[in-house]
Amino acid sequence: MTAHILPLTISDKRVAQRDAFGNTLVELIDRDERVYVLDGDLANSTKADKVSRERPEHFLQMGIAEQNMMGVAAGMASCGLVPWLSSFACFLVNRDLDQLRVVVAQPNLPVKIAGAYSGLLTGKTGKTHQEVADIAVLRAMPNMTVLSPADAVEVRAAMLAANDSEGPVYIRMTRDAEPVVFSDDYTFKIGQVITVREGSDITIFSTGAQTVRCLEAADLLAVDGVSAHVVHVPTIKPLDAEAIAQAAGKTGRVVTAEDHTIIGGLGGAVAEVLGELQPTPMRRVGIRDTFGESAANEDLLQKYGLTPAHVAQAARELL
Amino acid sequence: MPLTSTRLTELKRQAIHLRRLVVESVHHAGAGHLGGPMSAADMLVSLYFEVMNIDPEKPHNTDRDRFILSKGHSSIGLYAALALRGYFPIEELKTFDAIDSRLQGHPDMAVLPGIDMSSGSLGQGLSPGLGMALAARFKKQSFHTWVMLGDGDSQEGQIWEAALVAGRYQLDNLTAILDLNGLQQYGWATPAGYGEGARQPPQDNPVARWQSFGWNTIEVDGHDIEQFIDACQQAKAHRDQPSILIAHTTKGKGISYMENDFNWHSQPVTAENLKQAQDELAAQEATL
Repeated sequence: MTAHILPLTISDKRVAQRDAFGNTLVELIDRDERVYVLDGDLANSTKADKVSRERPEHFLQMGIAEQNMMGVAAGMASCGLVPWLSSFACFLVNRDLDQLRVVVAQPNLPVKIAGAYSGLLTGKTGKTHQEVADIAVLRAMPNMTVLSPADAVEVRAAMLAANDSEGPVYIRMTRDAEPVVFSDDYTFKIGQVITVREGSDITIFSTGAQTVRCLEAADLLAVDGVSAHVVHVPTIKPLDAEAIAQAAGKTGRVVTAEDHTIIGGLGGAVAEVLGELQPTPMRRVGIRDTFGESAANEDLLQKYGLTPAHVAQAARELL
Repeated sequence: MPLTSTRLTELKRQAIHLRRLVVESVHHAGAGHLGGPMSAADMLVSLYFEVMNIDPEKPHNTDRDRFILSKGHSSIGLYAALALRGYFPIEELKTFDAIDSRLQGHPDMAVLPGIDMSSGSLGQGLSPGLGMALAARFKKQSFHTWVMLGDGDSQEGQIWEAALVAGRYQLDNLTAILDLNGLQQYGWATPAGYGEGARQPPQDNPVARWQSFGWNTIEVDGHDIEQFIDACQQAKAHRDQPSILIAHTTKGKGISYMENDFNWHSQPVTAENLKQAQDELAAQEATL
């Protein structure tokens, strides 16, 4: 496939992805009676508590016991239901990874795993609660679909697509309000790569909330007369290798950006594709093989190298 | 309804056949687990031939009772039960553990109709059973879910997460069966040391433990088919709590040289082993 072209601009409106998650769960339940929400005692953080209040018959408190929660979801899915899991990404990816492997991914059951509070920006909770390897871990697991939406609108759209897909899906979400870039009529297509800004000098691949920062980076580069081609990759798996290779070939230089470790994440995935199909000089912007810490969002982005200025600097190194 | 003596004899015969098929299949495959399938044999026959509401012709019927083998390494025992019950030809047992076989080392629901949940990584079976019991409640279906646990299997913490939550949701359409054979792959040495295949069971008081988690407990002899079937009916009739049958069993039951020897948890069956097992089982069948 070639990338879908959908130029985006940063709006003044800021919405948290977790609010979209809670609202969309209610919407899904109203559309599809098979949907049930299982919570690992974090619903009032993930915003799945909206379901508890408004559709209580579709809300199941599973307690602080993620291994059991994943197994319960597998059993429900095997009987024709579509369970959605609510917890933090750090727990859903680590505490119950073996359950995800054996009773969800291996039998290919439609369990939908919503990893809240992914990345570094977790509300001052620090390294124990920062999940910066979820993409790497889950894209290595057969049968998994891995989604990483940019904003609250795309979270809703991705959830609708995930609910309709037949296998297990992981959706990576962030905690805090971020600028909205997609319009409400956007439809998510699993596997689609999206050109969100066209340019000719360097290709920037990004995923998740980092895409908004890459649009800002493109503005910074434009001041220097550099034309950045920004490609949003909301589906990490299945990855559209052809679209990635084409977008890289267009400029001959590549930067990847993600709120995730540079090992095995979007940067790793793009490097694998380009290494085989389209060898291209590249830089990876992301967390550089280290654990995080608790601090204010802006301080974390600065210290760990995730700001628009860091992305622009990586681009300049290739020009 | 009590079993007729003819029916009871038939079930005992099936259990002997199941044990023979297990030994023959492991001999043929050159590898496999034996002690666990033998301790579970009488219970598997009771469930598949008498207790569960199932139809081998319709393995995907949404109203069927569900069965999960949490101690998934006893897979060959389950496969033998399914074959005897008519889910697939007995001849297919010869493909156990071979390339492209539906009879994988551990049960795989993705390839074998009749397997209601994949298992093999220990401690994982009870949670999906809980999910199935919840699904029956939500979908207003009357099927019952049965989960067979091992005592080693129950050392995994996830079993106790599931036990807590199942009690909390008062899932009386869920019954666990603890195959309490007192041995595991290697286990703890006895105070006397490591001789004669002896091992010390883990310190345990399963009845008190499960009761404290909100479960209805029924102690039963897991090799007494009549008693076990009666306990299953009691469990099914019990309201407002999940039930667990604490089944006292012997690891390796039915083959003299395997009984109570942890070394027969898993090992190849030689031609000589096979002959002796076949002779012993034939002698047992002759007494029926």
